[in-house]
Amino acid sequence: MQSVLNSERGTYKKAFAAAFPHTLPVLAGYLFIGMAFGVMIQEKGYHVLWAMFMSLVIYAGSGQYLAVNFFVPGISFLQIIFMEFMVNIRHIFYGLSLIGRFEKTGKKKAYLIFSLTDETYSLYFLTKTPPGVPEDQFLFAIAVLDHSYWILGSGLGALLGHLIPFDATGIDFAMTALFLVILTEQWMDGANRRSATAGLICALVCRILFGEEQFILPAMVCIMAILVAGRRMFESEKSGEKKEREVEEHAG
Amino acid sequence: MPVSVGKTLAIIFVVSATIFFTRLIPFLFFPNGKELPPVIRYLGRVLPPAVIGMLVIYCFKSVEFTHAPFGLPELIAGAVVVLLHAWKRNNMLSIGVGTVLYMVLVQAVF
Repeated sequence: MQSVLNSERGTYKKAFAAAFPHTLPVLAGYLFIGMAFGVMIQEKGYHVLWAMFMSLVIYAGSGQYLAVNFFVPGISFLQIIFMEFMVNIRHIFYGLSLIGRFEKTGKKKAYLIFSLTDETYSLYFLTKTPPGVPEDQFLFAIAVLDHSYWILGSGLGALLGHLIPFDATGIDFAMTALFLVILTEQWMDGANRRSATAGLICALVCRILFGEEQFILPAMVCIMAILVAGRRMFESEKSGEKKEREVEEHAG
Repeated sequence: MPVSVGKTLAIIFVVSATIFFTRLIPFLFFPNGKELPPVIRYLGRVLPPAVIGMLVIYCFKSVEFTHAPFGLPELIAGAVVVLLHAWKRNNMLSIGVGTVLYMVLVQAVF
């Protein structure tokens, strides 16, 4: 039993060590987006521990920015639920691709679902679990690291948001860059280009038609409809791994 | 604090539960051990690239292309990220250079 525990602790250490470098872009982004939240909530009269508590139990960028406005007398809970649901509706998508991978994560599953932010979700698809590390521990390590950056950032923002020694304007571009890198990586892989293009075009068209506040839901409906309707076209395109295998076979 | 501790906690709880629920929905429909319908398995496979595409647009959603600086910092830094990544395929390099460049552009150039 002791040796089992020890070896599990050993692989956790390995999992965190392997996950850490992948989370650096999220570290840069979350520290500063989190700090912006910390500054805003502190201006509402909530001190550093409140800021960190909110980031611990809510853990959502746009969701927490929106929530700052809710701490006023006479707010309606129904309105809170509706607005938060609409702002985070894109998250409904994310689990669909992770049902299989999360199945073998045991007790960690609830936390992995809770912590499924845009950035964490993206890292799950950018990274490959290194050999010798159980996948559930690797996913868990990414989730915990990202979450801790977020809590740390909001605490720092609430504590010393006004004393920041250098101008960090624009550092949140790290998140945009992360998504662009994943998109480019997939494109260079030659995998799922049609699906990526469908996502880009649907979102762009819906952004133009529906405006910046309301385009995500129509974009999601549009993406689903196109993927389902064009299934034969999208399925005929090879996924990345298959393509690699095919290249190897041809080479062999 | 603008509202009482109890009300604050209630608001935090409601926000947290609502967001958790958006992330939980697919797992409610397909709990462990349940056979996934082929169309869901198919969507699970092809959705991530589409979602990443959507998130890229989401990041640019507030950029004003119709007046100065016409989204130039975003377009320039974004193009550098893509080209640098296509060339070197080094995640940290592409993200680091793109972010620093963007910060210089919005703080000192435009």
